[in-house]
Amino acid sequence: MFAQPDRAGFLPLAQLPALVARLMALGYQCLGPVVEQGAVVMRALESPDDLPRGLQAEQAPGHYRLTSDPHKRYFAWANGPQAIKPLTFAPQESLWRVERDDAGGLQFAAVTPPVARQAIIGVRACDLAALALQDAHFLREGRRDPHYAQRREQLFLVAVQCAVPAATCFCASTGDGPTPTAGYDLALAELADGFVAAAGSDRGEAVLNALNLAPATAQQIEAARQQGQSAAAAQTRSLPSRNLRDSLMNQLEHPRWDDVAARCLACGNCTAVCPTCFCHAEADAPALDGATSRHERIWDSCFVEGHGHLHGFNVRPDIRTRYRQWLTHKLATWHDQFGRSGCVGCGRCIAWCPVGIDLTEEVAALTAGGPP
Amino acid sequence: MNVRHSLDAGPPHAATVMARAQESPTIFSLQVRLDDPVAQAAYRFAPGQFNMLYLYGVGEVPISIMSDPEERDVIGHAIRAQGRVTHGLAALQPGDRVGLRGPFGRGWPLQEVSGCDIVLVTGGLGCAPVVSVIHYVLRRRERFAKLVIIQGVRHAEDLIWREQYDRWAKLPDTQVLVAASEGAAYWPWHVGRVTDLFGLANFDPECAVAMMCGPEGMMRTTAETLLARGLPESRLYLSMERNMQCAVGRCGHCQFGGNFVCRDGPVFNWGEVKTLLAHRGF
Repeated sequence: MFAQPDRAGFLPLAQLPALVARLMALGYQCLGPVVEQGAVVMRALESPDDLPRGLQAEQAPGHYRLTSDPHKRYFAWANGPQAIKPLTFAPQESLWRVERDDAGGLQFAAVTPPVARQAIIGVRACDLAALALQDAHFLREGRRDPHYAQRREQLFLVAVQCAVPAATCFCASTGDGPTPTAGYDLALAELADGFVAAAGSDRGEAVLNALNLAPATAQQIEAARQQGQSAAAAQTRSLPSRNLRDSLMNQLEHPRWDDVAARCLACGNCTAVCPTCFCHAEADAPALDGATSRHERIWDSCFVEGHGHLHGFNVRPDIRTRYRQWLTHKLATWHDQFGRSGCVGCGRCIAWCPVGIDLTEEVAALTAGGPP
Repeated sequence: MNVRHSLDAGPPHAATVMARAQESPTIFSLQVRLDDPVAQAAYRFAPGQFNMLYLYGVGEVPISIMSDPEERDVIGHAIRAQGRVTHGLAALQPGDRVGLRGPFGRGWPLQEVSGCDIVLVTGGLGCAPVVSVIHYVLRRRERFAKLVIIQGVRHAEDLIWREQYDRWAKLPDTQVLVAASEGAAYWPWHVGRVTDLFGLANFDPECAVAMMCGPEGMMRTTAETLLARGLPESRLYLSMERNMQCAVGRCGHCQFGGNFVCRDGPVFNWGEVKTLLAHRGF
């Protein structure tokens, strides 16, 4: 976010609601951090003053608890379970519908989802990196998913630098954070008295200009830069920064897969909270009167038995092969598909695993003794 | 080798069942025609590609196209009644409606293999995706050398299109070898494994292309045997099956390593997939 420090502005703390108000005035539904069932999730803000202050999120394998931030900051909470993913790749939606007439004829029609202009306040760098990967999948040249594209195009992203990483975070090692570097409309770094604010798009620039901010001082920019460095240094977990493709694909019969399979419940929590997982099932939902049916797309998980279902047998009949599918796809074969790993270091799969399986630990065990 | 088509992620095109035949106790075939005559006239596919067939209110299944690529009136599918959708499809009669999306995926490399001996090794219903290859070769007989058709089935009664095999066996430069693990009365072919027949297969490994479709265990054994006979890996192809739900490389179920079988396959060169095929669970 400091590629053009001369163009960064400074948004005083008291003016944060003005930014939200500006976006609302532009017709955006503004989503921001809201505490729901004990976790920070992104929900529609009713008023510009709704942003909560003083929240932190203590996280560990299988553990997430909200605590309070002594400095009463707006964005001291590390990411909750919800990424941007559900806002662009809907957990369930109709792709098309079909009507059957009395003569048995079928009329098919695409379903166009209603789309609201949405702005998200408080997007983290890991989730921007994940969004870029979801874009690569759903907006692939020649195979653009219209439902995803519609929602994606209207999304306005206000990114925030992470100052307080959780113990489960490792974005510094994957190269995706903690400071946002691309993919946002606006990026903020929260200091004691306000935010260093930088635009990353023309839309963002226009919003920033409308706020008439003073330029950020060299000291403010330096403070934000140091804050990012400290947040990176504070991360306690990491993945090897090298391409793990061959290391993992050479260990497909490693005994560690049995070991992790004995702990894994195959619940699919990790894939639900993962900001890059894209698997979805397609299923029909016929109306009770039999006259119409909707063809639905629903998030799916490679941990679910049906994922590997083939006529008469299952290609992944046990948890060992399902965990191996997930991990090798995410960290190895993702390189073949998208030119990088599918992990952005958000750590959600660690915090939200009910038995606390830590993928960084599994990778370390699987690749121990391998090439440096 | 690549044929992409305009029918896409959905919604499907409405189509009508023109003919239905029971090919074996569990296998039936459906000839369907797209209701939109323009779409039907424009429909082209390459042998080895597949369609998504939709049964109203139940769902879609990926089914290989088994008709002759030159056939313009109907699109043929051989289907085993196995799950919810296929049991429902089995109950359809001429005049009933379905949905169809396709064709999808990468077919057999027929353009690239002119002048070669063609060796087709199939197991069970694996013969369906290569029947269109047989039609393709027979229509362009001068472009290919020998045609060897090797088909294995578990029970003798599983062999479908028996008259066609008999007919092909009588053609010049065409060899038909059939095996059933369990024979039956009046079974004229070999009883045993399909790989037992390779010694009888008459082709030139220096100039042959092999195409396999069937259970993965059978294809692994076949590959080993053919490679041992001197066929280079670059001329060994197979068609793979995985759980395909979207057919456009999006839903993720059919991933095999970095490949989306629906989009990057279902036909692969042996070298592209041999490493992972050695491991159970992908």
